[in-house]
Amino acid sequence: MARKKLPHPPPDQQPHEGRRNFLKQSSILTALAVTPASLLKAAELKLDEKAATYFEQVPLSLEINGKTHKLSVEPRVSLLDLLREQLGQTGTKKGCDHGQCGACTVHVNGKRVLSCLSLAVMQDGKKVTTIEGLEDGDKLHPMQEAFIKHDGFQCGYCTPGQIMSGIACIREGHANSEEEIREYMSGNICRCGAYPNIVKAIAEVKKGGQKV
Amino acid sequence: MDKDFFFDKKKNDPISRVDGRAKVTGKATYAAEHKVPNLAYGFLVGSTIAKGRIKSLDTKSAERAPGVLGVITHVNAPKIPGYQTGKDPAKPPTAGQPLRIFYDNQIFYYDQPIALVIADTYDRALFAAKLVKAQYEKEVHQTELETNLSKARIPTGPRKEDYKRGDADGYKNAAVKIEQEYYHPVEVHNPMELGSIIARWDGPDKLTVYTKTQGVESTRNSIKDAFKLSPENITVNAEHIGGAFGMGLRTWPYEIAAIMGAQKIGKPLKLALHREQMFTNVGYRPETIQKIGMGATADGKLVGIFHEATANTSAYEEFTEATVNITQFMYACPNVATRYRLVPLNFVTPIWMRGPGEATGAFALESAMDELAYALKLDPIEFRLRNHADIDPEHNRPWSSKHLKECYEMGAEKIGWKDRQLEPRSLKDGDWLVGYGMGTGSFGAMRWVATVKAKLQPDGKLLLQCSVNDMGPGTATMMTAVASEAMGLAPDKITIQMGSTKLPPGPMQGGSNVTSTVGSAVHDVCAELKMQIAALASKEGSPFRTRKVKEVKAEDLVFSDGSVALKKNESTKISFQDLFRRNNLQGLEITKESKGQEQPYSMYSFSMHFVKLRVHPATGRVKIDHVVSCADAGTIISPKTAASQMIGGAVGVIGMALMEDLVVDHRFGRPINNNLADYHVPVNADIPNIDVLFVNKKDPFTNPMGSKGLGEIALVGVAPAVANAVFNATGKRIRTLPITPDKLMET
Repeated sequence: MARKKLPHPPPDQQPHEGRRNFLKQSSILTALAVTPASLLKAAELKLDEKAATYFEQVPLSLEINGKTHKLSVEPRVSLLDLLREQLGQTGTKKGCDHGQCGACTVHVNGKRVLSCLSLAVMQDGKKVTTIEGLEDGDKLHPMQEAFIKHDGFQCGYCTPGQIMSGIACIREGHANSEEEIREYMSGNICRCGAYPNIVKAIAEVKKGGQKV
Repeated sequence: MDKDFFFDKKKNDPISRVDGRAKVTGKATYAAEHKVPNLAYGFLVGSTIAKGRIKSLDTKSAERAPGVLGVITHVNAPKIPGYQTGKDPAKPPTAGQPLRIFYDNQIFYYDQPIALVIADTYDRALFAAKLVKAQYEKEVHQTELETNLSKARIPTGPRKEDYKRGDADGYKNAAVKIEQEYYHPVEVHNPMELGSIIARWDGPDKLTVYTKTQGVESTRNSIKDAFKLSPENITVNAEHIGGAFGMGLRTWPYEIAAIMGAQKIGKPLKLALHREQMFTNVGYRPETIQKIGMGATADGKLVGIFHEATANTSAYEEFTEATVNITQFMYACPNVATRYRLVPLNFVTPIWMRGPGEATGAFALESAMDELAYALKLDPIEFRLRNHADIDPEHNRPWSSKHLKECYEMGAEKIGWKDRQLEPRSLKDGDWLVGYGMGTGSFGAMRWVATVKAKLQPDGKLLLQCSVNDMGPGTATMMTAVASEAMGLAPDKITIQMGSTKLPPGPMQGGSNVTSTVGSAVHDVCAELKMQIAALASKEGSPFRTRKVKEVKAEDLVFSDGSVALKKNESTKISFQDLFRRNNLQGLEITKESKGQEQPYSMYSFSMHFVKLRVHPATGRVKIDHVVSCADAGTIISPKTAASQMIGGAVGVIGMALMEDLVVDHRFGRPINNNLADYHVPVNADIPNIDVLFVNKKDPFTNPMGSKGLGEIALVGVAPAVANAVFNATGKRIRTLPITPDKLMET
């Protein structure tokens, strides 16, 4: 069966725009039941825009590092941008935004996930752990200790992702040899080239047998 | 090696990175992460052609998109005062007119910024940026080095004249000679942190920026020149930067755009490049073709070397680097000639990348040395020893220190060089062919100027301040190590503040200078502190004074555990706190500028890299099994971070040798692999165990600690070591990097 090719609408008439305009022009201001004077005021303050923005957002409940957040986000926002730009939790890093470098690795329900490839809304109701959530009070996580001891970094930018991946690597049972660690840590690029030290750090934590 | 020297004595361990805790907890703050309220977001739109003019721009849809605060293009951009003078708003590497962003409709390269879209959230800026449409008048672009060689020209900048000693053609008459061409494509720095800036105007003529730079002072200068502000009204902050490897050595147009944008909308602006833009807008190691002619006597004495490099630059600026210089001094050789040429192409201007030209040049020189050693049927180490330069043959003066022979010895032992066979394809491991290779590296041991302020506080803790920053090597750790040793203070009693123009001026982080420059300044300021403490100890009523001793000198004192005592009588020990209390002082504060002096010596660091690898003949796969890097870098100040720097350098150049290649589709003048999936960089599975060995002998002349730079020699010489090992394994001489499987596959 031949597939019918749909014409691509020009930008102004794209579904997204139409929905916005509908929201702006009809429902919101009517629903607000404003008087003509306040309507004028509302237009000045771009309240229609703000109201449309509000209705374009989706409610979201996330537990981040043990704390529950009730949020309202645009569906297109990635978990990474939510963390960094809206919640100010910049420990999770943006290196490529395409799932190619691993700098944004976090744990969702205990498993490693690339937060740049995950829409925030997909994580509704889930538990997210970031680098900021690893410490126990003042006490560093064993993997953090091991990274310091073995100098598993230089600039430190890929480090949060490496540490989150390193922990997951042990949990997954993929840290049984240096060879295996290298293979299962190859989704996390370190441009400073700290790989041998990263392997040593993970191997030591694995050997130590602590719960990670 | 004095094991106790720069060690944390309490833990009997080398000092760990002092900012390590901040980095492993996510608390280290990089440029785009500073909490600035009321922030707007910018996104750059790039040109889709590589040369021509913008005919028209349609920004209406973008301007109407939700949350958009403004769209800046060459049509409506605020006038940048520095642009109007035609003067340099962002220092050019040597010559030319730096790109003036949104200045006119000219396009010099693909993805050159044509618009800055500013919105109230990142996602909205990104969305609206896609709505900007441009029409162009295309012109024929040139992006290929090989087909433009006829345009090669001598750089107009001051540093790159042709060099000659003896007879330029000397090598041609030698008993044994080779003539070869070596090539490497464009390689891109790609630090993990994206190019990012936050710009905030604090008043009509007052500006604060957080940006990714390797030197806050030089960034401030560029901003000063562009916006005609007085330097004291500009604050540039960059304490932590997420790698840079050279790309942060100049101010890029995107930084100027962000400052311009923040001014235009009257709000602080954050602008982070996308990874694709990191390939097209912030420099790279230029594509380079090198020719080497090299000749020796039958008994392996070099007769002559000719080395020519032709590299690309941009269509609007000249970028030069010291690609051929290493040939001028590396070996004792009577006849040496070098030439350096540039070809303008439609790309953004290159910028120094890790090891820079020296790493490029060493690939050709050290490959050629290996080829000639084979032609002579000599062990490549033996060949190098026969041509060891006991003095600097370029300047005809002694080295300040040189321990390259020890590097050869240490490294050969560690890698198991005795197992190597001269004849290629001699060693096998199952289906795999095994080979060994080596390459030499060198880089100037430079010391620049730095000012450090030291505050020995009432609680006995020491605060050190300098504007220098750290892209990763561990500047603060090095400063802590020097001060800890000098003052007898535990590392945790020392705090470093750096990476801001609010602090006393420090150097750029480049050219392997920082330990020498800033370490010396820390050393000197601590020496001054000790003299002042000695003066306090000489005062009347001081417990150090006796009837016989009226004056105490710094060298009579011993500093340990935050205390000071007479060397001859340690029972006089008194803590810094008590000393201040007795003298009614709120601590001591000293600011000191420190710089090196001209010396009648040639100062260089040296390195030697050994590689053992396997090649699978059927698939062409190269598996590196072991790397040994040996460095003669004078005194090693911070052994742990120094070793990491060496490892990192080797990893970087394994990328250069085996995989990194920005592939350009010349029909359109644009890269086709400008992302981290298609542009391959080394990942964990590519990297074997890397052993680092230091000669660790003090250089008597470079600086008070006797250190020499490490950052570049970590890389220089690694690429040829890989190529030479590949030859030893397979008998195939690969002169075109990267050495990908297609070049080695045997059918």
